Amino acid sequence: MTGGEILQRLSDRFGVAIVETHQELGDATAVVERGAIVDVLRFCRDAALIGCDVLVDLTAADYLKFPGREDGPRFEVVYHLYSLAHNHRLRLKVRVDEDDAVVPTAVELWPIANWLEREVWDMFGVRFAGHPDLRRLLMYEQFVGHPLRKDYPINRRQPLIGPKA
Amino acid sequence: MSPEPVTREFMLGEGSGTGSGQNLQVGVGPAHPAMHGIIRIVTELDGEYIRKADVEIGYLHRAFEKDCEVGGYNNAIPYTDRLNYVSPLINNFAYASAVEKLLGIEITERCKYIRTAMAEISRICDHLTCVGATAMELGAFTVFLYMIKAREFLWELVEDVTGARLTISYGRVGGVKADLPDGFATKVGAAFKQTREVLDEVHRLLTGNRIFMDRMIGIGALSREETIAWGITGPLLRAVGVPYDVRRAHPHWAYDRVEFEIPTQKDGDNFARYLVRMAEMEQSMRIAEQALVAMPGGPVNVDFEGRPIDPASYVDQGKQGKTEGLLLVPIRLSPNLQGQNRPALEQVNVADKRVVMPPKETAYGSIEGLMNHFMLVMEGYGIRPPRGEAYFASEGANGELGFYVISDGTDRPYRVRCRPPCLMPVAALAQMIQGEMIADLVPTFGSVNMIGGELDR
Amino acid sequence: MGVGSFFTSKLDEAIGWARKYSIFQYPFVTACCGMEYMAAACSHYDVDRFGAGLPRFSPRQADVLFVVGTISHKMAPVLKRIYDQMTEPKWVVAFGVCTCTGGFYDNYATVQGIDTIIPVDVYIPGCPPRPESVLDGLMKLQDKIALQTQRF
Repeated sequence: MTGGEILQRLSDRFGVAIVETHQELGDATAVVERGAIVDVLRFCRDAALIGCDVLVDLTAADYLKFPGREDGPRFEVVYHLYSLAHNHRLRLKVRVDEDDAVVPTAVELWPIANWLEREVWDMFGVRFAGHPDLRRLLMYEQFVGHPLRKDYPINRRQPLIGPKA
Repeated sequence: MSPEPVTREFMLGEGSGTGSGQNLQVGVGPAHPAMHGIIRIVTELDGEYIRKADVEIGYLHRAFEKDCEVGGYNNAIPYTDRLNYVSPLINNFAYASAVEKLLGIEITERCKYIRTAMAEISRICDHLTCVGATAMELGAFTVFLYMIKAREFLWELVEDVTGARLTISYGRVGGVKADLPDGFATKVGAAFKQTREVLDEVHRLLTGNRIFMDRMIGIGALSREETIAWGITGPLLRAVGVPYDVRRAHPHWAYDRVEFEIPTQKDGDNFARYLVRMAEMEQSMRIAEQALVAMPGGPVNVDFEGRPIDPASYVDQGKQGKTEGLLLVPIRLSPNLQGQNRPALEQVNVADKRVVMPPKETAYGSIEGLMNHFMLVMEGYGIRPPRGEAYFASEGANGELGFYVISDGTDRPYRVRCRPPCLMPVAALAQMIQGEMIADLVPTFGSVNMIGGELDR
Repeated sequence: MGVGSFFTSKLDEAIGWARKYSIFQYPFVTACCGMEYMAAACSHYDVDRFGAGLPRFSPRQADVLFVVGTISHKMAPVLKRIYDQMTEPKWVVAFGVCTCTGGFYDNYATVQGIDTIIPVDVYIPGCPPRPESVLDGLMKLQDKIALQTQRF
């Protein structure tokens, strides 16, 4: 199926839960409502002609300083999917606000989501409801803050041992 | 994989074998001899068998993604070198291609072939290091020395082209830093001949070796469904029989114009991964040789009547007003800036003024060139892709290496995400070594080819 | 050179000579510099001819700690513990610019030079340093080892 057809099928099936779709630069992308994301992911994985069996990447972006989107939902959790059988890709996005940064977990669908969601929690502070073990992946446990957020200065030092400067 | 537990007497702290005793916790790492990188694996042992393992990463987190947001688009290239530092050229080119996708530009033909050939040379270096280190950890120290010897030959090639052995910063958005030097194809031929001899020798030493086979066959296996569910790509996926290779699935650069096979195996254990890597090295050499032969553009010609002059005289000539024909006079730069002259640059860089630095003749010789240079270098200007996002996947040595770049229209990337191909196998490592013996952890970890720079970014 | 009498200074020289040609390194390899460390240790740029060819992967058995590659804040306590576990006499080589000053990783995650945590004897800058630089650093370390005096 082409990207456009997949997006059409998603819109037909999930209706308003698919907030918007686009195909800029050839990447089929759909923005999905938070509550429906797990169903959409499951559908994308299991539906016959879509069959995206590989969760390629699960990441997030902080749109705090993005010109034109400073007032909108701050975080966007991005899922990249790929189908081995049909050789097509799909990108799904979920937008969440800063004060309600929770997204349902995709761990039951793909075990790799465990670590990828831990990394998003670590770097952005977006929680994943239902995750079995949501702790930091890359930073040490005593670290305060979420480094990839735009308001975290890159050279703030929080050493475990050694001088602070 | 593990036999029926037997009841026997143990010392305090060891498992009783029935599963009800106290398992022994042994921590492997973070500083440990397997020189792939720093990672902590806390294993719970029941005798020699691993009942549970908890893998902890992040010991080499160097804030790659945050650092990329600090400077311009080309500023991120040295950071990408240090992602998968055994095959840095692939990272450079994949990132550059992601930004080129955002910009909507198409690189020149010669550049595609250069990127293909150099990426394959880098891939061979990665596989050499992986197989060599794995063999060393199993006791075959000679194999490691042979592989590093072969890698030295390839690093000499890389040094010839890029100027550095390891952290090369060769890729640029819109092309590469400089053209290939003269006589490169001959040098590649000689280096590959030596590399093939080394691979032959290693095959004879390892592939039929009883000890190597005993330690690698049947160990660390994952089934096909598990491998796909864990998002694992690359040699580990090909070792379970799925012929997925980004070079075939989404042909980029010159991969659709070269012939190569995708080696696969069936078993998915460490030995299968070793065989896949050895076969892939041969295929990479094939690709690089074909790319160098098919490369368009031919040798770099010095143009026009002018003998090249050095930059200071060039500038003087301009200041004195002797500007007729000045733009056509080639500048002779010092030897380590070879390839900066205009004909070479035009062959490998996109003819797009918003992206690629002008050649020195144009920058020194005309006001348009000067302004072009200024607009690319000064803060606030520079490469400014339109707002949007792009994901570009290429085949790294460990699997699908993807870069997801979000641009906000300014000269700095808004977000650069590297999809690390070795994160997935390391996440699955706990499952791979479950039920194996503690000594089997070593070859399994070696065959996963965890590269710390890529894993922790 | 040696402080004290003729015999103790000659003894110092002899011990220094023996120590400098029998370096047991602990390669604390973390990152890209590890590749150049491997290259320096292998046949082309052989480090074995300096007597330093046997890495001991236990800090108790080693006397030179080669800190190779970037040290992040998560790794720093581990490095300190390894350094503390080594017995005297011990020396530390900061291999690569990330260990000397933090390199170009001026960010929240990287230790800006391991000499903020442990004392360093030889700094080998480079990103990564060429094996020739490594050998030069090793020879400087050997000179330093040879000049050390014993206290009785």
